[in-house]
Amino acid sequence: MIQVALPQHLRTLAGVEGAVRVEIRGQVTQRAILDAVEASYPVLAGTIRDRATQKRRAFVRFFACGEDVSLESPDAPLPEAVASGKEPFLIIGAIAGG
Amino acid sequence: MSGVRVLVGTRKGAFILSSDGARRKWRIDGPHFGGWEIYHLKGSPADPHRLYASQCSGWFGQMIQRSSDGGRTWEAVGNDFRYDGIKGTHQWYDGTAHPWEFKRVWHLEPSLTDPDTVYAGAEDAALFRSGDAGLTWTELSGLRGHGSGPRWQPGAGGMCLHTILLDPANAGRIFIAISAAGAFRSDDAGKTWKAINRGLRSEHIPDPEAEVGHCVHRIAMHRSRPSVLFMQKHWDIMRSDDAGDTWREVSGNLPSDFGFPIEVHAHEPETIYVVPIKSDSEHYPPDGRLRVYRSRQGGNEWEALSKGLPQRDCFVNVLRDAMAVDSLDSCGVYFGTTGGQVYASADSGDSWAPIVRDLPAVLSVEVQTLP
Repeated sequence: MIQVALPQHLRTLAGVEGAVRVEIRGQVTQRAILDAVEASYPVLAGTIRDRATQKRRAFVRFFACGEDVSLESPDAPLPEAVASGKEPFLIIGAIAGG
Repeated sequence: MSGVRVLVGTRKGAFILSSDGARRKWRIDGPHFGGWEIYHLKGSPADPHRLYASQCSGWFGQMIQRSSDGGRTWEAVGNDFRYDGIKGTHQWYDGTAHPWEFKRVWHLEPSLTDPDTVYAGAEDAALFRSGDAGLTWTELSGLRGHGSGPRWQPGAGGMCLHTILLDPANAGRIFIAISAAGAFRSDDAGKTWKAINRGLRSEHIPDPEAEVGHCVHRIAMHRSRPSVLFMQKHWDIMRSDDAGDTWREVSGNLPSDFGFPIEVHAHEPETIYVVPIKSDSEHYPPDGRLRVYRSRQGGNEWEALSKGLPQRDCFVNVLRDAMAVDSLDSCGVYFGTTGGQVYASADSGDSWAPIVRDLPAVLSVEVQTLP
């Protein structure tokens, strides 16, 4: 199971505490993780990536194993530590504005 | 005993203020959706337990929340607002063509008769309708297809569709207003639209009397006379007696005719309220004195209402959706400020008192009169 850490506001929307866990068959990528998160928590659709374009929202960032992978291709494989569930995939609201 | 429920949207959450018909003691619930901008929340006229709220964030986008128990509990419903067909372009601030992009919902207007039907006014300007209590949304794209859409331009706050008025006497008639395109009317439930801006004059646009391009801030009507409309334009208070076909200025003796909200008394269709603001770059009351102005003649002659309001060193603003009236026998008038105060008058504006003083900046105020 892959661990996904959500920012507080999205945890509140999803009604969860702590990291969520999703199962992915096949290659573990940003897109696969977000598809799985939205399938498990439909209320989050549109909050992490734009509904129409499926692009990452501008003030949301993705981290894996201490690296900012926000600008990587959504179809690029994520590190093995994330794919194996040892390390969480972090979804973070950028520190911006009020 | 009857009561009121005041629905307050703020920069950092929603608050629900409740009182009995005396409107002296208030209970304050909130924040709901703490940390999110609540542009607007409004109750269904057909079912006072049904509320809708527009919840948004610069980080996480748009949510629509629905309550079926008067705001005690909420559930997120649909947030998929897609422009119909080819999106096209409108004008950007510099006059270049800019593709339509959904940003947020400014205003929610529940149907007068069906709690599950609700309209949403969006930025970039578009009108959406849901017939399933907010689960799914469909654009009424005839509005953007009016033909003038490519000439619409954003106001300073964005190109927002902020006013939706449903005609209680004519189910097919809808009025909307857009900053900075102007006012539009549909007589066929939103399929086709007509620009209704004749008589408006805006000195800051290339053609001051253009068909579109006017920065309309708010429109109001009394439900007993839906063909009489009142408008707070960027500058100027305007009035129409023919459902918007023509307008005339009724700013009269106001100290400033710039402002945002305009409201009509619940029982006196010729009594209207505005909050004069110094100018378009100085968004605070003239002389640092917060005054509501009331006209009992449908405009032109205005009286200042200041009893109970701060009369020195007050530099707050009152935004376009932040004023409302209740329909108790003695009409209550309410407004919220960017300083976080919500003021109430239980005597048609003669005197005021704060319900609460220290909320986040108030974006919207709506009132439900409860049986």
